[in-house]
Amino acid sequence: MAEILKNRRHVLKAGAAGAAVVAAGGLAGCATQQTAAPAPKKIGRVIVIGGGYGGLTAAKYINKWSGGAIEVYLIERERQFYSCPISNLVLGGAQTMDFITHSYSKLREQGVIVLNDEVTAIDPAKQVISLKKIANLSYDRLVVSPGVDFDFGKIAGLNDEAQKTVLHSWKAGAQTMALRQQLDAVPNGGVYVMSIPKAPYRCPPGPYERACQVANLFKRKGNTKSKVVIMDANPDIQSKKGLFTKAWADLYPGMIEYNANMVVNEVDVKNRRLITETGDRIQGNVLNVIPPMRAGDLAMKSGLVNVNNMWCGVDWITCESLVHKNVHVLGDSTFSAPGMPKSGHMANQHGKTAAAAIVELMNGRQPSPLTMANTCYSFIDERNVVHVASVHQYDPVDKTMKTVPGSGGLSSAATELEGQYALSWARNIWADMLT
Amino acid sequence: MRKQIGLAAILSAAALLGSASVQAQDLGKARYLAANCANCHGTDGRSVGGIASLAGYERARFIQVMTEYREGKRPATIMHQISKGYSDDQVAQMAAFFAAQKK
Repeated sequence: MAEILKNRRHVLKAGAAGAAVVAAGGLAGCATQQTAAPAPKKIGRVIVIGGGYGGLTAAKYINKWSGGAIEVYLIERERQFYSCPISNLVLGGAQTMDFITHSYSKLREQGVIVLNDEVTAIDPAKQVISLKKIANLSYDRLVVSPGVDFDFGKIAGLNDEAQKTVLHSWKAGAQTMALRQQLDAVPNGGVYVMSIPKAPYRCPPGPYERACQVANLFKRKGNTKSKVVIMDANPDIQSKKGLFTKAWADLYPGMIEYNANMVVNEVDVKNRRLITETGDRIQGNVLNVIPPMRAGDLAMKSGLVNVNNMWCGVDWITCESLVHKNVHVLGDSTFSAPGMPKSGHMANQHGKTAAAAIVELMNGRQPSPLTMANTCYSFIDERNVVHVASVHQYDPVDKTMKTVPGSGGLSSAATELEGQYALSWARNIWADMLT
Repeated sequence: MRKQIGLAAILSAAALLGSASVQAQDLGKARYLAANCANCHGTDGRSVGGIASLAGYERARFIQVMTEYREGKRPATIMHQISKGYSDDQVAQMAAFFAAQKK
């Protein structure tokens, strides 16, 4: 109790100091100017697992909004951040790997302790995590943002060996470049086949944008006899249907073949074929299988998955797990609220909801529901872009997020202006997570 | 009525910012809401380029622009759709927050 009172007094002092700065010079009370003030007394430790769109945002904003009073760890097994959004442009050749690759160093400079390590286990009862390289770490609150992992077992033949040549490239990084190299080797008249898993999957418009980018690459190389074949496990195009079908017809006539209700469940690597559950076979020079997805492995083995054995249910006021207390789950691993896509933008918003709730809770206050917005831009060629947007508010009756009636929508047509905004979006959201 | 009280509280918080921690907390909550905008407009409304910065945006002007977006009176690619997701009170809170940010 004495500790809590001390903490409260510390927070009140920090609040008053912030207000004084604003009154004196119109400065931001909550700008990240902690360097000028003496280091605040720590009120607890939060460990964030996963340095993607969700985890990065949570780590940055807990540090920022607590004024450094919460000790923040970020555990990430990759040494650099690779953005999935914009990675389709690397396949198409309009952007480079450099553009989507970023360092974690600026987050370190802000005071977040970034560790290049992998979490092997979570003990939610003892509030301790185990890691590969260093000793166990204890936490007051844990943020788990592991993204998705693939259910390779649902596709016969897609074993470790097959996965070396049949890529998903649905996590940016090494596979992005590897698929680009496969595409570069396709001769004029060659075929690229992509299989799309049943929804929900990461980035609903992503596969259709990828089809545009691959067709665009073929077209620019003069390989206009080459084909892009889409094998979609879903009954229809999952996002921006009218905009994508118009782009395919206008920009890539005869190049993109779309097949609905095609559940690929077998890969024949030797004959470079995909086989569907109804026995359809399609051969291609490049087989790009995006397998069915579920919450990341760490969420699975930590018992955080409680919906359909695939996703993690959360309280949308705090993003706290419905299974384990003091554990928050973000991003693509969550069981999405109605109308909420699995997107990087959305994961960033989850990160802010969790950060706000954690800062409030660790200061002894009750968190309030927050609004979330989503924007997904898709490039139909090198420059022209279409969007889908939505705004989500908390419904206290149904205890979930719902899209605000009358809000959100689609582009009326693809434009270069939205292409400029899409790249600015990327630069701004990266800065909003990494700096 | 509720909306007006909320707006009044925010305006006093933005304009006066005295010593009471209650007022600081109002902006403290507004910062959570305003973080909705940061994905495109930059952290605390400081854009790294290509999309408008909101930091230091004049409060009344912010409310006017958002209202025009909502009513379809202002050319937009996306803001006419996003602006419709927020209440008057939320727009007022965002306006107070961004007005208090250094450009």
